[in-house]
Amino acid sequence: MNSDGRGLSGTALSPSAQRVERLEMIADRAAFIRLETVRLARIAGAGHYTSVFSAAEMLAALYYSHLRIDPRRPEWPQRDRFVLSKGHAAIGLYPVLADLGFFPPSDLDGYARLGSPFGDHPDMRKIPGVDFSSGSLGHGLSVAVGMAMAGRIQGRSYRVYCMTGDGELAEGQIWEAMMAAAHFRLGRLVCIVDRNQLGIDGRTEDIMGIEPLVDKLQAFRWRVSRIDGHDPGAIVDALDGLEDGADGPPQAIIADTVKGRGVRRMELNLDWHVGNLAGSDYDEVVEEIRHGLPPGRPVPAAPRAMA
Amino acid sequence: MSQDASAVFRGVESPVVPERTSTVGVPVASIPAFVAGDELARLAETDERIVVLTADLASANRTTDFAQRHPERFANVGIAEHNMVTIAAGMAASGLVPFVATFAAFAALMCCEQIRTDCAYPGLPVRILGHHSGMSMGFYGTSHHSLEDLGVMRTIADLTVVCATDANHLRAVLRGAVDRPGAMYIRLGRGRDPEVYAEVPSVEIGRAIRLREGPDVTLIATGSEVRPALDAALLLGRSGVRAGVLDMHTIKPLDRQAVLDAAAASGGIVTVEEHNVTGGLGSAVGEVLAEAGVATRFLRHGVPDEHVLIGPPKSLYRHYRLDAAGIADVTQKFLRPTDGA
Repeated sequence: MNSDGRGLSGTALSPSAQRVERLEMIADRAAFIRLETVRLARIAGAGHYTSVFSAAEMLAALYYSHLRIDPRRPEWPQRDRFVLSKGHAAIGLYPVLADLGFFPPSDLDGYARLGSPFGDHPDMRKIPGVDFSSGSLGHGLSVAVGMAMAGRIQGRSYRVYCMTGDGELAEGQIWEAMMAAAHFRLGRLVCIVDRNQLGIDGRTEDIMGIEPLVDKLQAFRWRVSRIDGHDPGAIVDALDGLEDGADGPPQAIIADTVKGRGVRRMELNLDWHVGNLAGSDYDEVVEEIRHGLPPGRPVPAAPRAMA
Repeated sequence: MSQDASAVFRGVESPVVPERTSTVGVPVASIPAFVAGDELARLAETDERIVVLTADLASANRTTDFAQRHPERFANVGIAEHNMVTIAAGMAASGLVPFVATFAAFAALMCCEQIRTDCAYPGLPVRILGHHSGMSMGFYGTSHHSLEDLGVMRTIADLTVVCATDANHLRAVLRGAVDRPGAMYIRLGRGRDPEVYAEVPSVEIGRAIRLREGPDVTLIATGSEVRPALDAALLLGRSGVRAGVLDMHTIKPLDRQAVLDAAAASGGIVTVEEHNVTGGLGSAVGEVLAEAGVATRFLRHGVPDEHVLIGPPKSLYRHYRLDAAGIADVTQKFLRPTDGA
């Protein structure tokens, strides 16, 4: 779909038809993110598949539909910022940046090899389009707070999006940043929580419980919505519904997701936090991803006792 | 802080904070050397990139002087040092030059990882001001002492580490810091450091300042120990020992040539620092000497590898032989170990 709401043939589309095209595009790009993730992980011999798969639809919606960015000007001062606090999902972000034109896709062919700009965690000094070097969980929201404060000081109207994992909400610094964002009324700061239910050792609720998350964030004076993070329509609606007040409360979108979504053997499976697909497994998984997510499947909860 | 000191980043229900004394009970106006807030406020008049952050210590470190003059570029983040350092990194990634100020113990030790991962690794111009360093907090005790910060900070790649000698020297360091690439850790004393420089000196980061020549021994000192080392050199002179003094304000990158020149020009080297003898200035100088194959007499003088006693700062400096008399005595015994007691 073109930005003026016309289809490929140049015919003006109805709003509902535009929406259908937009949501299909997001689903298509989410599948692309998953396919590229398994390709790059094969080059490196290991990768964080499942942490990307839970976030794939949200990454696609942000980068292909919502972020105000310009791949020709990665340092554009007015651009929206995206801080991937769960930096281990960078293997899913790189293909998006390449696809949008921040750098040639072939640059990724040496992923994680000696001297490559692309490692498991993103390096803002080496990769155009990466707004911050992340990897140490719990830091990203503070970075985003600083970027939002800088925007206010400089009189810029950009928005700062930060995607955190759910396990990293156990880090104390996250809550320092939550307090600061509300205290300074950073209305252009958006925190997206990829609530994919699992840490490395099991369910977040068994390791260190973070619920009731909506109540907690509201108590911290955030404006909060909670959505199905694999439903492009719900994601688009949540992003479209963000308020634009510079001095309003910071805004959080808690996205209920499934770690590993889109590849059945990986869904809510602790064994696949880091893994390596080999042989015919690789081909089977690629085929499964190409078929896309089954429609209308609700987000299941992780079983209490994880294998 | 005046009522409108945080006009931009005031809280949702920001109370009016009355004028206060410093945390050590002295009216802030009477502290002569705590000039960071004032100097940064001056610099900010012509540089819109400069912002200042502190963690509920604005009246202790006199960043109030900045807040009153540039309220729109000052933020007090509360007692949340990790958050403060990383917020500064986010600001720096957006084109600002943030100076963050808190006690050195919390800046360098608590926030070590934020300084490395969020400031130094991305090459961002965040300036960490670690004040009340060493054991200058006296009887506040080990939680408030910072005798390890140089050792920790100097192992971080792409981080510049500088010790301010006195108030005038600090002004020069801050001026030089604004446009320096990458992150910096700037170590400050208690704000009552005895003066060495009568006016703002010409300071080149990475270049030691030779204060005094002396063929018998060179005292290589940093930060709060430069003035006591100078005074010790005078005391040594009375007993016929001709001691030189080098102000090694930059710990990283270390002025290797100055160390080698001092070794060539004098009969021995004594490093003097208000820091654990492990890992700080003495270690850095020793590495240079050893790797250069220089055979010279060498002594690291600092705080021994222990958690220091409770006591007023002055008593601690005397006890640990880091006042002028102590340095002179330690140097005498080092040069002539068979003399005296």
